[in-house]
Amino acid sequence: MGSTNTAFDPKIYDIPDADIAWCPGCGNFGIINELKTALAQLQLDPTQVVLVSGIGQAAKMPQYVRANMFNGLHGRSLPAAVAIKMVNPNLVVIAESGDGCTYGEGGNHFIHTIRKNPDITNIVHDNQIYGLTKGQASPTTARGQVTTLQFDGVIVDPFNPIAVAVALDASFVARSFSGNFQLTVELIKMAIKHKGYALIDILQPCVTFNKVNTYQWYRENTYLLPDSYDPTDRQAAFKIATDTSKLALGVIYMNPNKPVYEEQLAPYQIDKTPVALRGLEL
Amino acid sequence: MEKKSEISIVLSGAAGQGIQAVEHILTRVAKDSGFHVFATKEYMSRVRGGNNSTEIRISSQPVKAYVDRIDILVPLNDNAIERLRPRITEETIILGEKKYVENEKNSIGILLEEIAESFGNKIYENSVAIGILAGIINADEDALVNNIKVYFSKKSEEVIKANVNAALKGYEIGKSLDLRFEITPSNEVKKQYLLNGSEAVAKGAIAGGCNFISSYPMSPATTVFTELSRLSKQYGILVDQAEDEIAAANMAIAAWYAGARAMVSTSGGGFALMTEAISLSGMIETPIVVHLGQRPGPATGLPTRTEQGDLNLVLYAGHGDFPRIIYAPGNLCEAYELSAKAFNMADKYQVPVFILTDQYFLDSFYNVDEMPQVKIEPYIVKTDENYKRYTLTEDGISPRGIPGYGNGLVRVDSDEHDEYGHITESAEVRRKMVEKRLKKMEKIIQDAVPPKLFGSENYKYLIVTWGSTQLIVKEALEKLGNKDVAMLHFSQVYPVPPIAESYLKKAQKVIFLEQNATGQFANLIKLTFDGVDTRRRILKYDGFPFSVEQVMEAISKEVE
Repeated sequence: MGSTNTAFDPKIYDIPDADIAWCPGCGNFGIINELKTALAQLQLDPTQVVLVSGIGQAAKMPQYVRANMFNGLHGRSLPAAVAIKMVNPNLVVIAESGDGCTYGEGGNHFIHTIRKNPDITNIVHDNQIYGLTKGQASPTTARGQVTTLQFDGVIVDPFNPIAVAVALDASFVARSFSGNFQLTVELIKMAIKHKGYALIDILQPCVTFNKVNTYQWYRENTYLLPDSYDPTDRQAAFKIATDTSKLALGVIYMNPNKPVYEEQLAPYQIDKTPVALRGLEL
Repeated sequence: MEKKSEISIVLSGAAGQGIQAVEHILTRVAKDSGFHVFATKEYMSRVRGGNNSTEIRISSQPVKAYVDRIDILVPLNDNAIERLRPRITEETIILGEKKYVENEKNSIGILLEEIAESFGNKIYENSVAIGILAGIINADEDALVNNIKVYFSKKSEEVIKANVNAALKGYEIGKSLDLRFEITPSNEVKKQYLLNGSEAVAKGAIAGGCNFISSYPMSPATTVFTELSRLSKQYGILVDQAEDEIAAANMAIAAWYAGARAMVSTSGGGFALMTEAISLSGMIETPIVVHLGQRPGPATGLPTRTEQGDLNLVLYAGHGDFPRIIYAPGNLCEAYELSAKAFNMADKYQVPVFILTDQYFLDSFYNVDEMPQVKIEPYIVKTDENYKRYTLTEDGISPRGIPGYGNGLVRVDSDEHDEYGHITESAEVRRKMVEKRLKKMEKIIQDAVPPKLFGSENYKYLIVTWGSTQLIVKEALEKLGNKDVAMLHFSQVYPVPPIAESYLKKAQKVIFLEQNATGQFANLIKLTFDGVDTRRRILKYDGFPFSVEQVMEAISKEVE
């Protein structure tokens, strides 16, 4: 990160002639602009950033951002991101996928990556529905919501990623809304700068398959945490996380004192050189 | 009566009774005395109780294989004899605590507990037993004392001294038994060291530049994981105990992507979960090295036993078409060399590479010389601004960069992709990329490890083996001494080295010997070469390794 305060032009992360596969009006358009702006404001060189994703519409994000890309398998963005960070801690590693990929197929990895606490950022596009497979319930779809598969409505309770992350003492837990540009940019920047695992669950409308959680619904059912809120208070955080009558936006929980996973590994005890670069001509 | 230059000792008892301590010390005493040593163990899937046994062969000549024959059986409790009954012959001496052996025909009962107590505690009885066995083989007294001292070095002076004295008392008893075993020592053996299959794979991997392992514990492959973890500080190895095998395999591939040389160590059931990642490796042309220690399936099967039943699994693992390489070392030296080579080949061809072993191979050890020199061949390139990860080349191999090394971007995609790694559905690009990936097979075949012929070049009968059965069949053939029979052993099972065809077609009769129920390698040969008769198969699938005697008998029937 540079010493001057001049941000990069977000356009340096553009992929020329990208054939974008998102529907017009998709919340992903907001998130991609927010991500590029955050990267630009942090003056991150594209060669030093790795975007890791699984599969789904959200997981296509790295396809459209000029940086290193590891587009792996459905549900597996987190194990891949952890390994990349272990091998080269100098890189800025961002795992980015949807709610199905991260909380469903990758649920076990979500739990154990939080336990490990690697210094990575985990951006989850949470549109509460499956988009790419055309409209089935996701782990975060509300009970009772009718979908293209659940004809009589969903009959299980939704997964609460924020509450799970707080319960696991994740070192940084935030929620945003793709329609709130300033907030999302700030939270992404904070998450990248945070030393340790940082989750940002970004609420995002799916304009094609989710007719319940619309832009308007999110505006009406979310609120910004006040400045007086102390995110290091875990009990308070858990209360906020489990109160789903209205969804809090902002940094919900933080534990800045957790040891970072890769820093504790044997090869880095004496020599901080990334394992990836040892023996290479630099 | 002529003295015997070789002895087969079997220790039998419950888990937790100290078989491992006796094995550990006695094999080192024998090796340090200049005797050739081989040892292998079989055990039940439990932490306490049951019945486990260890076979230790000590000889004037190199010994490297499992035999049924038991010269001396040492039972460590009262039910340790029954399970081994079928292997007890009139020649077998049963030596042990008087109350356990007194009803046996050919037995030597010794008051082990009483002798141990005379040194202060009955727990010294294993040291007495070690001493007796060392006396029987006329081992070097200093080697005995030193190894006892080393083993108990963390105990108090008093305990060390008591164990040494107990062992020396046993040594005296053993010598006085005059059981007519005379093993000739060799100075060369004294300089060698003992190595087991797990250590050979782990040390070979390190020699091949392995600096990352992510795995989930599973018998019998955990020992390789443990060994790399033990050596992680010394060699700078990143070690991750993953939450499941799915994570482990995806991590290993991502680690290669970021610039590591990564492996996973697992068994069949764990590998089944990794198959999606094998397909990912094929698509994104990012390597992975998989060590698969086989055990009998299906499902949980026999968790602590041995089999060669997962060849088909690794051969066909992963959806879609893409190249791969499968090694199956037949001895410790090959395990070391091929484990190192696996990393070089994975890096060179950007494909999954497998090292197939099994429980018998991993848990067996013998004395070895220095391992062969191996070299790390690096293939990573520094990228420039115009770098394309999947540049189309003549041989299908695109120079592989890593993120953060050079000015280029490294973009890999599990979707079908163009040269930049960008998602595409173009039929033309798809065709080119499929052909590019498969094209690598041409060069991979040129790098194939040829099969090794054991025995006469002018064979009529050819025994075909792969993996861990090599040394068992080798000894069986040496003992049969039939000039018409030879063995062809494959340490690379896929792609099948083309040179194999001429060996196979030269034989009047080809006999496949495999530790599985269907002859998985015979079926692969049938698919690979036209006109090789693969119908004759010697198969074993009870979870126990082939013995030299069983192989001799089975081959004798085939060559009558």
